[in-house]
Amino acid sequence: MSLTVNGESVSADVEPRTLLVHFIRENLDLTGTHVGCETSYCGACTVLVDGKSVKSCTMLAVQAAGATVTTIEGLAEGDEMHALQEGFWERHGLQCGYCTPGMIMSAAGLLAENPSPTEDDIRHGIEGNLCRCTGYHNIVKAIDYAASKLRGETPAPAEWEVNA
Amino acid sequence: MSTTSALGGVVRRREDPALVTGTGLYVDDVKRTGMLHAAFVRSPYAHARITSIDADEARSMDGVKAVYTADDVRHLGSLPVQVPVGQARPLLADGTVKHMGEAVAMVVAATRTQAQDAADAVFVDYDALEAVVDLKDAASDRMKVHDGLDSNILVTWTTPFGADDETQAGLVDQIAAAKDRDDTVVVSLEMNNQRLLPTAIEPRSVVAEWNSGYEEMTLWSSSQMISAVAGAVGKVLGIPYNHVHAIAPEVGGGFGAKLNVYPDEILVPWAAKQLGKAVKYTENRREAAVSTIQGRGWIGTATITGTREGEVLAYELDAICDMGAYSQNFTVAIPFLGVFVGSGQYKFPTRLKLDCVTTHLQTTDAYRGAGRPEAIYYLERIMDAYSREIGMDSAAVRMKNFIPNEEFPGAMSPAGFAIDTGDYGTNLQAMLDLPEYSEMKAERDRLRSEGKLAGVGLSTYMEVCGFGPSGLVDLGFSWAEYGVPSAFNGSGLVRVNPDGTANVIIGTGPSGQGHKTTWSQIVSQQTGIEMDKIKVTYGDTKEAPVSIGSFGSRSAAVDGAAAFEAAGKVREKAAKVAAHLLEASEDDIRFEDGAAHVAGSPDKSISWEEIAKTAYQPHLLPEGMEGGMEAHAIFSPTNATWPFGTMACLVSVDSDTGDVKILRWVNVDDCGEVINPMIVDGQIHGGVAQGIGQALFEDAIYDGDGNLLTAGLIDYPMPTAADVPSYELHRTVTPTDVNPLGVKGVGEAGTIGSAQTLVNAVVDALAEKGVKHVDMPLRPKRVWQAMQDAQN
Repeated sequence: MSLTVNGESVSADVEPRTLLVHFIRENLDLTGTHVGCETSYCGACTVLVDGKSVKSCTMLAVQAAGATVTTIEGLAEGDEMHALQEGFWERHGLQCGYCTPGMIMSAAGLLAENPSPTEDDIRHGIEGNLCRCTGYHNIVKAIDYAASKLRGETPAPAEWEVNA
Repeated sequence: MSTTSALGGVVRRREDPALVTGTGLYVDDVKRTGMLHAAFVRSPYAHARITSIDADEARSMDGVKAVYTADDVRHLGSLPVQVPVGQARPLLADGTVKHMGEAVAMVVAATRTQAQDAADAVFVDYDALEAVVDLKDAASDRMKVHDGLDSNILVTWTTPFGADDETQAGLVDQIAAAKDRDDTVVVSLEMNNQRLLPTAIEPRSVVAEWNSGYEEMTLWSSSQMISAVAGAVGKVLGIPYNHVHAIAPEVGGGFGAKLNVYPDEILVPWAAKQLGKAVKYTENRREAAVSTIQGRGWIGTATITGTREGEVLAYELDAICDMGAYSQNFTVAIPFLGVFVGSGQYKFPTRLKLDCVTTHLQTTDAYRGAGRPEAIYYLERIMDAYSREIGMDSAAVRMKNFIPNEEFPGAMSPAGFAIDTGDYGTNLQAMLDLPEYSEMKAERDRLRSEGKLAGVGLSTYMEVCGFGPSGLVDLGFSWAEYGVPSAFNGSGLVRVNPDGTANVIIGTGPSGQGHKTTWSQIVSQQTGIEMDKIKVTYGDTKEAPVSIGSFGSRSAAVDGAAAFEAAGKVREKAAKVAAHLLEASEDDIRFEDGAAHVAGSPDKSISWEEIAKTAYQPHLLPEGMEGGMEAHAIFSPTNATWPFGTMACLVSVDSDTGDVKILRWVNVDDCGEVINPMIVDGQIHGGVAQGIGQALFEDAIYDGDGNLLTAGLIDYPMPTAADVPSYELHRTVTPTDVNPLGVKGVGEAGTIGSAQTLVNAVVDALAEKGVKHVDMPLRPKRVWQAMQDAQN
């Protein structure tokens, strides 16, 4: 099978039962995409397939033949963080970081469909991604930050004053 | 802008750039040359006799290197634990299985799928036996779970802790006399505090590699207590501590579930040594549910005897606590943590009786809060029910019964423990004075006027954390079975390198709490070294001093204090060097912005780079001064810390469906001094969400045969972003006096205060229907049923 991953063409022979997430992690060594449940529930493995967010444990690798896949490693352009990565950092949208790549990719899918989400839109938009650390409060703010930046607007101020 | 940070400042997390770009290393990311993969054969029965194990087919399958059973590993002994009360766990089931999911055999193969396929081809014959599942049944000793134990009741914890028989009998008499009075009411509720699955999003994972030439075991494990893992592996396999290099890299959430040494953490390194190859095991989600520890699991009756004016004369809790089949790290000590906070912030006579029983279910152990959410749940639910019964505002009743400020310092709780510092009335009053609190009540009344069901819930809470005092060893909490006996002290090592950068090496390691950031702040504040020149490392036994790990909201209060003291020692030495080089008095040296300055002489200063460079050239130092610039500190506090706080929330309940919606959530927490408010708030957010999860959704449901029915995330619903509100957080600050930072710890506060806040709110909403209590989780069907039952 051949596909494009993070802008690079990839060809490989894979066992038919190989899940896309395992192909990404084991064959391509892109370990930023995480496995949380392998049952398409937690969302830790979310990537973009042809621009849409997909739980990569819910797809066989061969189903991605010919597709364009973006993982967390391919989200930023150059050395500059993507607005979502920056937003999660600026608004403390992560703690242990395990759900974070999937959460960010899911949010990327959401913002592609809805560039101006309300808080409710954000909460429902990432409903398929579980986080056990943050209680979601700052994840919502992080996505709102990124949405503002991507629209060319100044993000809402943080709930705290940052010293450094 | 200054790049040094005083304590109390928000600093963006230093760990985040790696974690948001997918470059952070978790254990399952570790790959080694020729690495093999392990899979386990697990029992489908809660209780059964193993009559045969046929692994012939599995052994013949592609890629399979070995299949191990109890016969192969019996000589290694049982699983080491910290509190050896109850039945020890065999590394692999030996003759019988005692809970669903118990490991019976281990398969090692070239790939993970080969290992799993072969595990499916190991044929185990079981004679299924009756399982003890119900807690009252277990406590009755009708049928024993373990032949070798006298009773299913492993231990009974009571208050006042440490009281002699005469004192205990006196308390019983006092309570009976209070009940006999004509002017008292007795309010009692039987309540369930259900079993939960901790469910870190990262499943547990372990990789081990043995180097026979160096005789060194390298081990990666997703653990909250990597020193203990290293010690246990070394002890069981006969490898000295300094030849076990154990690493906990990024840990993808712990919540207590990774605060254990698990059989796989022993067996994977053992197999790696047997086979001469690296071996990896990563549990799947189902295994995480059935073979990683679970939490909570109490049934109990809480009773308050008090006057109609809100004076509580006695509080009693009689509970049975489910320990599961085997005792692991803390197991029976978890309810004991509930004893610590058994009387909360209150002054009334308190009698707890907690029977810790063994059952044919998976082991319970620390889950965020660990014993304290359970104890506070019962206390604050019954305080609410009592207030309702006598028709008083529950805040006024609480206020009336707090330990008064005059008793500090030196306050003793009725449960029998010395409390560090407290100011409970001020904290509760802060909540009552908030506009948010009045607004919630006004909104509740508005919703009710529209005919809707709405309620406001309030709960105060008391926590005990920051363990702790070295003397806890006397209570049996030593690390002896792990081969690294250590009290609950903290450790920190600060090394300034010749280029002026600093390494801070700590024994405790985070699972999301932001230690890199917080420790940088502590050391920067102490030394004036700029934050970006400080590197914090942890979770690596080759570098780090022995420490017992990250749990019980202890890291900042104990290991943070150790780093603070080590940094203080470094600063003292650096002041001598700077004074020598600047020809000034040591007393006039001030550290700021990466340099030493002389007070009163603005032109005289020397950079940390110069000080460090000089420190490594002893001939340039004051005569007699040792070269180098590093210090290690071991910190043992004089007491644990006792945070507290108040939570409130507003809910609506759909009268047709029973669906509960949280409309607002407000906290006033007091965790002492705050190092990084952003991180502290984040801990509260997550903790509250886990309490909401218990109150509304989560339930580890076993059927009557001991089968876990909720072993997947679809059956074990956790809160999503759409289920929880934004949290409105406030603070009071009552510093502790048991550590130099004044911090008390905050990791568990959110969980300890939240579940009963929500249940109190729902009961407030349903009171007009006659509902007095609904057991968690408050899923729509249960809430709806409670309304129907109350009406009929």
